[in-house]
Amino acid sequence: MNAVTISGVSKRFKGGTIALEDIDLDIERGEFVSLIGPSGCGKSTLLRIIGDLIEPSAGSATVNAKPARQARRDHDYGIVFQDSVLYDWRTVARNIALPLELAGWDRDRRSRRVEEMLDLVELRGFEDHHPWQLSGGMQQRVSIARALSFDPALLLMDEPFGALDEMTRERLNGELLRIWQASGSTVVFVTHSIAEAVFLSTRVVVMSARPGRISKLIPIDLAQPRTGATREDPRFFELATEVREALHMGGGHDAPLAATGLSEGAA
Amino acid sequence: MLGILWGLWEGLRALGIHYGWQRPFPIDETTMPHIHDMIGALFQRPNPEAPLLVVTLLRAARFTAKEAALGFAMGATGGFILGALLAHSRMLQRGLLPYVVASQTVPILAIAPMVVVWLASIHVTAWISVAVISAYLTFFPVVISTLRGLHAADHRAIELMRSYAANRWTVLWKLRFPTSLPFLFSALRISATASIVGAIIGELPSSVSGGLGGAILNFAQYYSFQPQNLWATNIVAAALGITFFLVIVAAEKLVVRRAPEHVA
Repeated sequence: MNAVTISGVSKRFKGGTIALEDIDLDIERGEFVSLIGPSGCGKSTLLRIIGDLIEPSAGSATVNAKPARQARRDHDYGIVFQDSVLYDWRTVARNIALPLELAGWDRDRRSRRVEEMLDLVELRGFEDHHPWQLSGGMQQRVSIARALSFDPALLLMDEPFGALDEMTRERLNGELLRIWQASGSTVVFVTHSIAEAVFLSTRVVVMSARPGRISKLIPIDLAQPRTGATREDPRFFELATEVREALHMGGGHDAPLAATGLSEGAA
Repeated sequence: MLGILWGLWEGLRALGIHYGWQRPFPIDETTMPHIHDMIGALFQRPNPEAPLLVVTLLRAARFTAKEAALGFAMGATGGFILGALLAHSRMLQRGLLPYVVASQTVPILAIAPMVVVWLASIHVTAWISVAVISAYLTFFPVVISTLRGLHAADHRAIELMRSYAANRWTVLWKLRFPTSLPFLFSALRISATASIVGAIIGELPSSVSGGLGGAILNFAQYYSFQPQNLWATNIVAAALGITFFLVIVAAEKLVVRRAPEHVA
């Protein structure tokens, strides 16, 4: 059964900009799908349509076999943004508990779940800290714990590691894969790093800009679980090359290749 | 800092008297009394039957503080409710905000006697009328800051709330209100001192004589004989304002938990 079904989705913003045109995409349960493309290709817009944070101008998004709106109301997904969007006035523990409060969990159940989440993202001992006392990487781990706290079937991530340094990003990539495998959820992941998309995903969706379209679907057949050695696998480089070429064919001339660490001679 | 101000005052006074300066105003014993005389006056009796001046003034300050505290509470509560209503509806904001702004352009001295007359006609005690006048001066910064603070939440924080299918009330209570607190407290700090000013001004036309306003009127009449008494009253009034201000600062420290660089 599909976790996400997108059929015939278009999005036209006020002023006439066409962000997305006629998108069809099926994401199976348990997949880790990355959306990659140049800025302006509508990848974040597509993610927000899946989450019913914005409405498509045409077509429909279905999540867990229900309309996206119903899925949102049923708390079917958790979301992580590029900024951690933590509430400064709440401690780490109370940030993680926020969605649980809104869902009406009682105090005992909340605090038990928060403990589990702190273990999952390896932040035990920081529960009483305030967000500004943590590093960027730790803040993003809190944000992931908050998104996973109510055990959603789907995790939507909008360039979650885009603002972090390369080393932190690689470490969190590894942690994210561990969490994904432990939780068995489906992940839709927006990025503009080729290396990140290939390393994490079971499938990469390459998008092109103006108007936003899907230009290629690339299954990533690297062995699981992925480790540091995966990044040195010749197959990793073949797939990264395939993604890069698809980006170029799609007119993705302004893709920030320099940020991927794989761009030698590519421009 | 206090020492520097003291030095400036006494220095200017000494030079002014020595050279007979007439600008910016004639400087003499009456226009610029010694600071130690002002403070000394606090511990003297204005006339032989009266208690020490400081005792009289502290009683007056307590009375004015009561008016100001009630006025501040009414103004802050009313201002917050009005600000929240305006933040809730753009239409209300367009319709009402100009009048809220206009209310502050009307001189408080013109409003005060009317408030006293209106409230006296429905048998409200005079000091409560003074509190209402103080509230009038207090609510405005709170309205503006509440309005701004409630709209200050990051758009992604709002998207996050939307992703949890949170209703409007939950978004207000769990996100918009906490986000607005630093804004609200900057307004409360201004309002706290304004409430004292409002209470003192309110006392003047309402024939309430037990407060600092009454004391100021009284000592102003005797200024040419005993200038240090009015100055001493000013010191007590300023101290009361500073006390109110510090109470708000302390409350803010207790309530607002934010990154240091975010403090508004």
